[in-house]
Amino acid sequence: MQKEASIRQPLILGHKTYHDITNDIVSPIEGAAPRQWKIAITIAAIIALYGVGCIAYLVGTGIGAWGLNKTVGWAWDITNFVWWVGIGHAGTLISAVLLLFRQRWRMAINRSAEAMTIFAVMMAAVFPVFHMGRVWMAYWTLPLPNQFGSLWPNFNSALMWDVFAISTYFSVSLVFWYIGLIPDFATIRDRMVKPGMKKFYSILSFGWSGRAKNWTRFEEVSLVLAGIATPLVFSVHSIVSMDFATSVVPGWHTTIFPPYFVSGAIFSGFAMVLTLLLIMRKTMKLEAYIHVKHVEYMNIVIIVTGSIVGVAYLTELFISWYSGVEYEAYAFINRFSGPYSWSYWMMMTCNVISPQLFWFKKIRTNLAATFVLSIVVNIGMWFERFVIIVTSIHRDYTPGAWGEFHPSGIDVGMFIGTIGIFFTLFLLFARYFPVLALNELKTILKMSGESYKKEAEKH
Amino acid sequence: MANKVFHVMYDDDQKLMTAAQALVSKGIRVKDVFSPFPVHGLDPVIGVKRTRLAIASFMYATTGTLLAIIGTWYFMIHDWPMNIGGKPSFSWVENAPAFVPVIFEFSVFCGAHGMVITYLLRNGLLPGMPASNPDPRTTDDKFVMEIVTDQNSSMSASELEALIKTTEVYELSIKEY
Repeated sequence: MQKEASIRQPLILGHKTYHDITNDIVSPIEGAAPRQWKIAITIAAIIALYGVGCIAYLVGTGIGAWGLNKTVGWAWDITNFVWWVGIGHAGTLISAVLLLFRQRWRMAINRSAEAMTIFAVMMAAVFPVFHMGRVWMAYWTLPLPNQFGSLWPNFNSALMWDVFAISTYFSVSLVFWYIGLIPDFATIRDRMVKPGMKKFYSILSFGWSGRAKNWTRFEEVSLVLAGIATPLVFSVHSIVSMDFATSVVPGWHTTIFPPYFVSGAIFSGFAMVLTLLLIMRKTMKLEAYIHVKHVEYMNIVIIVTGSIVGVAYLTELFISWYSGVEYEAYAFINRFSGPYSWSYWMMMTCNVISPQLFWFKKIRTNLAATFVLSIVVNIGMWFERFVIIVTSIHRDYTPGAWGEFHPSGIDVGMFIGTIGIFFTLFLLFARYFPVLALNELKTILKMSGESYKKEAEKH
Repeated sequence: MANKVFHVMYDDDQKLMTAAQALVSKGIRVKDVFSPFPVHGLDPVIGVKRTRLAIASFMYATTGTLLAIIGTWYFMIHDWPMNIGGKPSFSWVENAPAFVPVIFEFSVFCGAHGMVITYLLRNGLLPGMPASNPDPRTTDDKFVMEIVTDQNSSMSASELEALIKTTEVYELSIKEY
């Protein structure tokens, strides 16, 4: 068995046995739904239904129901799309990249982060799909044989690359998540007494029996999926950034975009993971598994990616001047001093200044401060995408075509609605699915469990 | 004589490892082990070979790469060459850089899903399949070693039982089949 250095803080606090881990994670599923959960899901479902209503209205009326105009043809829709995709980057990063780097603290957070990823990518997909207008023709993006002659989608287009990137990312993340869930569903199946619930988890567990050969294959599949999901994570947001970078719009036409977007995505994704987990650990009593050390590790990732994003903002500004292209320079001067400068400064404060507070150990190990800052980062990252998209296009080359964007009620309703749908799905996940990778946690119990570590020190 | 199956239960992974090593060194074949989590180092002891799923995944991914290359060539170069922004559409090679993202994504798609489908089928994992672990506690905190008499014909059932009992057994169930 592997040993861990005694100076490393234990990842599982208290005296836990294998059975305790099962109990701690499965008993909330067995018991009756707590009152807070019922209240939360009711609120989320009402907001979600409002969002669905807005979408229905949008489909019925056409995308003119959004506040888009001739100059600003992409606004809240694509902002929300990029924001959600960005949030959807943390899950696979945590489970894939951290698996390759053998970061064991990921085991406490990977399950819920992956769930968050999947729901966030679903929400992201809503926006470009409904932006198509005639949404029932969305399948035209696939290279299917058709009766219109030799009509194929354009594979030179970054938007087409995005279709492939997002759908691959979504389906691979979903499969990665489910492969890990199968053994945990089996654990729940074998504990359930109510026949209906037993049947439900028995179907979900696919008949998992935990044979030695099954586990060998399980570990191999996890490792290989992690290996191929890692470049996938980086490629997806690079391709999202190419939606902008391959255009000739000043402010978008930048080679820095792929790494800048990827670190921004990780930044916002970790912030969202923190927001959700800090609530979840409290309400589901998971303090022994997700404790201050985990939060501190995540805050360190936030400092690193937040600083990369900050450097990218400054590099963009410098290059716009250094390029000597007056349109490029104007786009950036307009960003920080034009009609949307408030959103630029909002972005700068939330994304560049606020995460720097995590350099103080007191702040990054303080859960309340982390919670507040994680929400600040989420807001900042929404504004980042808004700034990039709207400020770059609201000033066209000819001043006669200058315009501004004002969101309509449908814009706002759809955005709020996706947040509602996201939280409905996440709350359902937290209620019926194992929220921690419980069988993976058992493998690190003897290495990183507090009582086992103390025992090992005595020898 | 009827064949017997021994389900030897241990309450700790370390005890299971020690027992497996002791029994195997005495020439006993362990048919299978049911555990709640992967017990590292157990596979070579009980003679489980390394899986070839990674090789399968590589082959699926290569198939994906080839299909994507053929696809982009057929759609964009052969069947209907389009002049988009003056970019060349005469040969696949000249246009290839624009196809890299799609080729990459499709390779990952095929590699990942091909491997996962193979994994599910080889493990017999499908919705509604019956579970075959001998005791429900093996998905919680107990470890069960399965030993059958017809794989250990060199000794009698009672000898086998005596040897098994020398290890730190938590529970032992013997069934005829």
